[in-house]
Amino acid sequence: MNPSRKTNVLPGFGLSMGFTITYLCLIVLIPLSAAFLKTATMGWPAFWEAISAPRVLASYRLSFGVSAIAALVNGVFGFIVAWVLARYTFPAKKLVDAFVDLPFALPTAVAGIALTAIYAENGWIGSLLAPLGIKVAFKPLGIGIALIFIGLPFVVRTLQPIIEDLDADVEEAAASLGATRAQTFFRVVLPAVLPAWLTGVAMAFARAVGEFGSVVFISGNMPMKTEITPLLIITKLEQYDYAGATALAVVMLVASFALLLLINLLQAWSARR
Amino acid sequence: MKRFITALLIGTATLAVAAPKPVTLLNVSYDPTREFYVDFNAAFARHWETTTGQKVTIKQSHGGSGKQARSVIDGLPADLVTLALAYDIDAISEKAKLIPASWQSRLPHNSSPYFSTIVFLVRKGNPKEIKDWDDLVKPGISVITPNPKTSGGARWNYLAAWEFAKRRNGGDESKAREFVSALFKNVPVLDSGARGATTTFVQREIGDVFLSWENEAFLALKEFGADKLEIVVPSISILAEPPVTVIDKVVDRRGTRAVAEAYLNFLYSEEGQDLAGKHFYRPRLPAAAQKYATQFADVALFTIDEAFGGWKQAQETHFSDGGVFDQIYK
Repeated sequence: MNPSRKTNVLPGFGLSMGFTITYLCLIVLIPLSAAFLKTATMGWPAFWEAISAPRVLASYRLSFGVSAIAALVNGVFGFIVAWVLARYTFPAKKLVDAFVDLPFALPTAVAGIALTAIYAENGWIGSLLAPLGIKVAFKPLGIGIALIFIGLPFVVRTLQPIIEDLDADVEEAAASLGATRAQTFFRVVLPAVLPAWLTGVAMAFARAVGEFGSVVFISGNMPMKTEITPLLIITKLEQYDYAGATALAVVMLVASFALLLLINLLQAWSARR
Repeated sequence: MKRFITALLIGTATLAVAAPKPVTLLNVSYDPTREFYVDFNAAFARHWETTTGQKVTIKQSHGGSGKQARSVIDGLPADLVTLALAYDIDAISEKAKLIPASWQSRLPHNSSPYFSTIVFLVRKGNPKEIKDWDDLVKPGISVITPNPKTSGGARWNYLAAWEFAKRRNGGDESKAREFVSALFKNVPVLDSGARGATTTFVQREIGDVFLSWENEAFLALKEFGADKLEIVVPSISILAEPPVTVIDKVVDRRGTRAVAEAYLNFLYSEEGQDLAGKHFYRPRLPAAAQKYATQFADVALFTIDEAFGGWKQAQETHFSDGGVFDQIYK
């Protein structure tokens, strides 16, 4: 028997690999390649013009910039939430645990409308912030809040099992060997959770870049100021400019893919260390 | 008893032969017609069953006008469409070749059985004293309108404002452009659709004036209370014609042409016109127009054809990428 085949305890590699590829093609690759094919109907100059108009560039800055900020905020606070849920027991913990998943389950339009109602100048929180000169709804800040909302579970849910697996003994050992709290965190805990953390932040980021439903309600959609790229895609479709819309889609696709690949490499590197 | 059963059987059998098979129609429409077509579909089903004996079920689909047109282009089997503007139906003709280019001349009044216009919705008592279009560009006035690039209704708003300024300045296009730029400088939020903008104005209480379809304004008044809002009719506005048509390729394939055409003709009938008036669309039929005359204020209306040379040209000049509207935000 071929020795290489013995490495797999479970049989059926050929079958499951074939299934994986077929499934990925059907669900992911074929629809996405349609975007590329549609874009191919326009020439290079038209493509370049569509993806580099000032208004489009402003929307990239907003979409990618605010998404990155939201993912980082979620990275910090999602870690704390995951840590609390994994390490401590407290009353109604199951309930709190379930809250984390709400942004997953809620239709994003509902989230957008709810957030807008709360943060508009006549809303509960918006009316408290308005006298301080802070406007949230219909400003980039509002977009940030919507993106933080939808991204939170990604960070928490990827980190939580890793932290649960992490033995508290290790931290105690570090402490008993004379490590300070900061040293324990940065040299013991962090390396163990870093790959999962990066994954969570990357997923939150990717989700935020593509988010449409919740953002359009809270952003105000002002050209050059609060227009996200997905909205511009819809705008182009509204003018029956299918090629232009897919051109923008291709840019988002390539950029997101490049970023995800980068983060995956980073994660692989941190896991190897 | 036995004879009775036999009679019953024969009776149902003849009935089954006499009554044609039930039929379904899909009417693809835009957002604010929701309430109107609920009533109208029931009326038409009654009418069709009494005249032909056939049961008809009408399924409705609502959404932004452009999005709806795209669904039909992409293959949604609509027997008929009732959309916000001719441009969207033109797209169905042009992109998918489902209907002839001359579709709009097939029914009376540019295939628009009812019409509407653009009016102002203001807060009760009209605290900012907004009376006409030129009040909208005053400093400190906050205007709510959806984005003309994503909302059919908002295109009517924009074009009405443009034409007002053009006429006020003796046909000077550059003055009109300045006017519209100033107007959009006063717009703090651009919602993507008409309903979203209504929410922004009424529920978020943002803005002093909301540029709205007349029927949508009446609906907001009914829904949110006449104690909070009132309608202001400007001196001049645009004749908004939401057109209708059967989708030839679909009705011929499904064999529903007769009933679909009857459906559209019923929109022009006394009953259909009365329902349109009841739902705040302006009826065409003199009798129905008379009945609802007190509901609608007199306003000078101009058509898009006379002012802008038709939708296609208006779309290209104003709303295409890099068009006049985009330049406002440069």
